[in-house]
Amino acid sequence: MTKEEFRVQVRTWLDDHCPPACRGKGSILPDIIWGGRQFTYAHPDVERWVKALVDKGWTVPSWPAAYGGAGLSAEEVQVLHEEMSAIGTYSPLFSYGMSMLGPALLEYATEEQKRTHLPKIASGEIRWCQGYSEPGAGSDLASLQCSAVRDGDDYIVTGQKIWTSTADKSDWIFCLVRTDTHAPKHEGISFLLIDMASPGVSTRPIELISGASPFCETFFDDVRVPVENRVHEENKGWTVAKALLQHERTMLSASNRRSKVSVPGRGLLEVARDSLRTPEGSLPDDTLRAEIAQVQMDRLCYETLHQKNTEAREAGHGMGPEGSMFKLYLSELNQRTSDLRQRLNGSDSLVWNGDGIDEKEIAITREWLYGKAATILGGTSEVQLNIIAKRVLGLPD
Amino acid sequence: MSLLFSEEQSLLKESAAAFVRNKRDLNALRVRRSSPGVPQVDREIWSEMVELGWTAIPFEEAWGGLGLGFAELGIVMEELGRGLVQSPLLSTVVLYGGIIEIAGSSEHKQRILPEVIAGNSLGSFAYLESARHDPLHVETTLKSQRDGYRLTGCKHFVLDGGSADEFVVLAREKGRPGDDDGLRLALVPADSEGVELENHLLIDGRSVSNVHFREVVVEDDWLLTGAGPVAGVVDQVFDRATVALSSEMLGGIQSVFDMTIEYLKVREQFGAKIGSFQGLKHRAARWFCEVELSKAIVLKALRAIDENGPETLQIASACKARLSDTALLSGKEGIQMHGGIGVTDEHDVGLFMKHGRVAEMMFGDSRFHQLRFASSNGY
Repeated sequence: MTKEEFRVQVRTWLDDHCPPACRGKGSILPDIIWGGRQFTYAHPDVERWVKALVDKGWTVPSWPAAYGGAGLSAEEVQVLHEEMSAIGTYSPLFSYGMSMLGPALLEYATEEQKRTHLPKIASGEIRWCQGYSEPGAGSDLASLQCSAVRDGDDYIVTGQKIWTSTADKSDWIFCLVRTDTHAPKHEGISFLLIDMASPGVSTRPIELISGASPFCETFFDDVRVPVENRVHEENKGWTVAKALLQHERTMLSASNRRSKVSVPGRGLLEVARDSLRTPEGSLPDDTLRAEIAQVQMDRLCYETLHQKNTEAREAGHGMGPEGSMFKLYLSELNQRTSDLRQRLNGSDSLVWNGDGIDEKEIAITREWLYGKAATILGGTSEVQLNIIAKRVLGLPD
Repeated sequence: MSLLFSEEQSLLKESAAAFVRNKRDLNALRVRRSSPGVPQVDREIWSEMVELGWTAIPFEEAWGGLGLGFAELGIVMEELGRGLVQSPLLSTVVLYGGIIEIAGSSEHKQRILPEVIAGNSLGSFAYLESARHDPLHVETTLKSQRDGYRLTGCKHFVLDGGSADEFVVLAREKGRPGDDDGLRLALVPADSEGVELENHLLIDGRSVSNVHFREVVVEDDWLLTGAGPVAGVVDQVFDRATVALSSEMLGGIQSVFDMTIEYLKVREQFGAKIGSFQGLKHRAARWFCEVELSKAIVLKALRAIDENGPETLQIASACKARLSDTALLSGKEGIQMHGGIGVTDEHDVGLFMKHGRVAEMMFGDSRFHQLRFASSNGY
């Protein structure tokens, strides 16, 4: 099939299957549907649209059809996205299963593991969270202590994970555990898939400087995990972990609306116009004008670099360690943006609670505070700088 | 338009890189800089560039050009910047030829463009009258007389002015300095009566001139009236020049970056390669990010010039602001990471730092372009 034939097919299918309520300006489609057993649809049209996408394999179009995808080429995926955005719609299903675990399973899991887990990720039936960091293992992730001891056909898992985003809403967790306490730290780690309904798993949400957050602590108290839930060989889990971290950085590098990484809420300029009482025309403060321009120009540069890299990948050049650059730069850019926006908003943005204050008004403040996590999660800025220095620039140890 | 090179563009890059490898002679630059007087354009290198077709790149085939664009010219400029090879491409092809192409009559184009392309004629744009880039601050006057016009004023920083055969002069017929109307563009042969030059050599070996115009006679058909308001022509030609210069800066930036990273891998102190120190690693990694962002925005800006869409001005300003900042950073880190050797005249890093500093200020520094970007976005 040629590209144009495929385009016509997509167009016809979208015409038949995408409910009008899920298209265009007045679309009722939420930005993201994370799925999982706790999730219920608020609107039958949204449910109908997601089911249609799932049946077609178009929630994860590049995955093989046997695992819930549609086996589309990069070019076909591009066409699919173009056609969906032409009618103002998209596939709202998004999860760590789709962006991080799935690609790692495709590379390292057994056939049976793929057939068991991937289709349920593709359909949104199972929601996954990531069990990597521990209280004593942050940037030095490989020093993790959560242990898995072999007992017959099971591992018995004991320990604690932290920063497990959305653990309280998730069904399964992919975990790094220590299976050999004597080996060098990178060589005693295994990668386990754990059903959070297992006896002995518990979670507790973490409150951040910004207030309630998606982050949790997750505890494992003698949890039995079948050996068949181990991905890749025993003590070779670091290989899987590294691949997955690259997928995570790729996810954190996408500067678009769907990825939830650009700064949400009112734009810088809108805030500046309100607080400087200048509804139109040139703002009266050249320093602030220059600061706003700098942030906007930096975003233009970043998006251009991201586009260049995407084109290079589509032309067959792989994404290498320079993925660290994208994570580093975007998280810092978003932080600078939130910071400037809060400053532009002035004393209004210092209010935390009180008479006549609603959530919307402190959103700018919460965003500024929450943004402090962006340069820490997914590998701190310093870890990314180490990776660039070593693996891109080849600087010596 | 794709940000990746086409096959033809890759070939052009290879041939420009080979030329620069051959001609790159930083010691010649040192000699040139230290010779008495202000040197002229190196005609020998210029004629080789002409032979390679580089002067023909951005012009339409009707005038003898290749009908290519800035995407291609930028490739050449970047490679020249990598080796600090000086040429009148910016003054003659981008500025002088560019203005003729935008605002000249077909007689002007017919007379001038083939000569520019053939390398027979050099020209420059005389616009600046203030210390900082401010092209609308024009005090030079153009007064109507019975027999044509009289041009009076002084222009600074006229690129390659001492070698130019002809200037395009930005002058004011009406209004006050800073106004965007009442401006005119006039062609003035360099040997006209009343034209007087003071030539200067810049810190990076470029030559510029202060050009005085004293009651210079300007004939009616020396005025360029082909493209609407002059302020618009000026914006357009500075967008082009800014992005072409950014390409040249990018070449210089990459040379400094590469030589510094190499140095971090070989230089030993405290019994270790200095590149193993985290204090330097992190700075090198951040610098790398700035260089990558610079590469991307230059590619986008070159393509924006060729497409000439409504966002060209914003993109060109974002490009020059970024390249100015990265050039500044590169000069600073390049020297600092080299340590003592970096501040000696013997080491090349200083030559690149000076080149970056000149380019940083030419056509507006990052502050200028931040505010230009803000204005063009309506704030």
